[in-house]
Amino acid sequence: MTDVRPVADWASDFDVLAQEYVNDPFSVWDRLRGECPVAHTDRRGSTWLPTTYRDVVDLAHDIDHFSSIDIIVIPFEGEPPEEPVLLYGIPPISADPPLHTSTRRMILPWFSHRKVDSYEEMTRALCARLVDEFVETGRADAAADYAQQIPVRVIAHILGVPAEMADTFTGWVRAVLEFADDMEGRREAFEGLVTFFIEEIEKRKVTPGDDLLSELLHGELDGQPVEDSLVLGVAALVLIAGVDTTWSAIGSSLWHLATHPEDAKTLASDPEAMPLAIEELLRAYSPVTMARMVTQDVEFQGCPMKAGDKVLMNFPAANRDPEAFDDPDQVILDRAQNRHVAFGSGIHRCAGSNLARMEMRVAIEEWLKRIPDFRIEEGAEVTWAGGQVRGPRNLPVVFP
Amino acid sequence: MKISVDPEKCTGHARCYGLAPDLFTVDDYGLSSAVGDGSVPPELEDKARLAIANCPEYAIEVVEE
Ligand code: HEM
Ligand code: SF4
Repeated sequence: MTDVRPVADWASDFDVLAQEYVNDPFSVWDRLRGECPVAHTDRRGSTWLPTTYRDVVDLAHDIDHFSSIDIIVIPFEGEPPEEPVLLYGIPPISADPPLHTSTRRMILPWFSHRKVDSYEEMTRALCARLVDEFVETGRADAAADYAQQIPVRVIAHILGVPAEMADTFTGWVRAVLEFADDMEGRREAFEGLVTFFIEEIEKRKVTPGDDLLSELLHGELDGQPVEDSLVLGVAALVLIAGVDTTWSAIGSSLWHLATHPEDAKTLASDPEAMPLAIEELLRAYSPVTMARMVTQDVEFQGCPMKAGDKVLMNFPAANRDPEAFDDPDQVILDRAQNRHVAFGSGIHRCAGSNLARMEMRVAIEEWLKRIPDFRIEEGAEVTWAGGQVRGPRNLPVVFP
Repeated sequence: MKISVDPEKCTGHARCYGLAPDLFTVDDYGLSSAVGDGSVPPELEDKARLAIANCPEYAIEVVEE
């Protein structure tokens, strides 16, 4: 059963799915940093929540004690889903070295600067088309009608799978990452996703294309052909990691610009300001929290962590730590010192970070080009998703 | 001024390249290195310092002031 008791004490009984945390995690972290910078809960298993930059970075770098074999923030309840086909999990994100190292090298070249430049034109055309749909009406749901529609189609393009299935992909990814308390939905989504990729892999055995899926299938790993279950795991990861995350980042950025028109004005009039601004928006509204599993009993910051415990990699909180950033709750578009860890830290640094940045920049540029001045619709409700990935899911805006 | 990137620390965030593409090159696997022998022309020293201040892995070193 899902634990829905209200949280009385955040230091000893936190709940990342509590509505108040989803809506405003920032003040929870502030309180915790002062009282108990590594919080604990026994909801959904014994789990720790660090809140400072230093601690999150140290944890990410200590891969001997903190393994990536379990990176899911909200665990499956009851029987784990049957996925004998995913023999290797979804590497590199769910792997430690050496499997991590070799699978990461398989995909990195697909997300290099050069490659990402080659996806920019299709991304820009896609964004422009989406704006066309609603620009005349004076209103839009900037999350559902825009942000949500972009990354999934770019990833489909890279993987070489039909863009018409975008809504299905989005449904699977949300079920796995967002509606994490619905175990049945999650199981079905995983099954759908796996079955789909198995079929796509079989097709490419017969007729290879020039997409990522074909390349993975016909590539080599340590001099050996790549096993199907590994291709499957990596492909599933690219879809899961590349969609909700980036869409949330685009959505949060648009939320910020809708609520801070002076910042929208700056970005609309000065394209040079964009690169630093993207980093600042990533810092302030970092969407992604990961997890690690404790491999052996260890004391961390005075906390007695036990083998099998979970530690949440609270990158979003690290990025709001006043010890690491001046005025952390202030969005300063041209912040000059910004070592944010929205894309993680250490060996698991987001493999898709170049792609994510390009998508964010292009999405915001194309929006502002046509809609430089927009506000949240009066009386309308903005809803947020939280847990593993935080971002707005409904963002009704008007632009008279 | 002369800079270098520590390949043991760099994990490929590409912040350096984003801020100072004239001073860094990044390979297909994300690993960054200083262009040439790492010498920074005087007019790019500010950019170099900006890159240093933004690398999340503290991987960029000043070899010579
Ligand atoms: C703004 C959008 C994004 C954010 C904030 C983000 C964040 C992250 C973070 C924090 C990690 C580290 C995980 C860990 O430490 O366990 C990660 C890993 C990863 N991300 Fe992203 N991500 C984004 C977009 C993307 C995109 C577009 C892709 C495209 C394929 C992608 C692919 C990956 C992969 C493959 C990994 C695993 C890397 C490894 O384990 O070595 N991400 N991401
Ligand atoms: S910013 Fe730092 S970690 Fe990132 S590529 Fe440059 S040197 Fe490497």
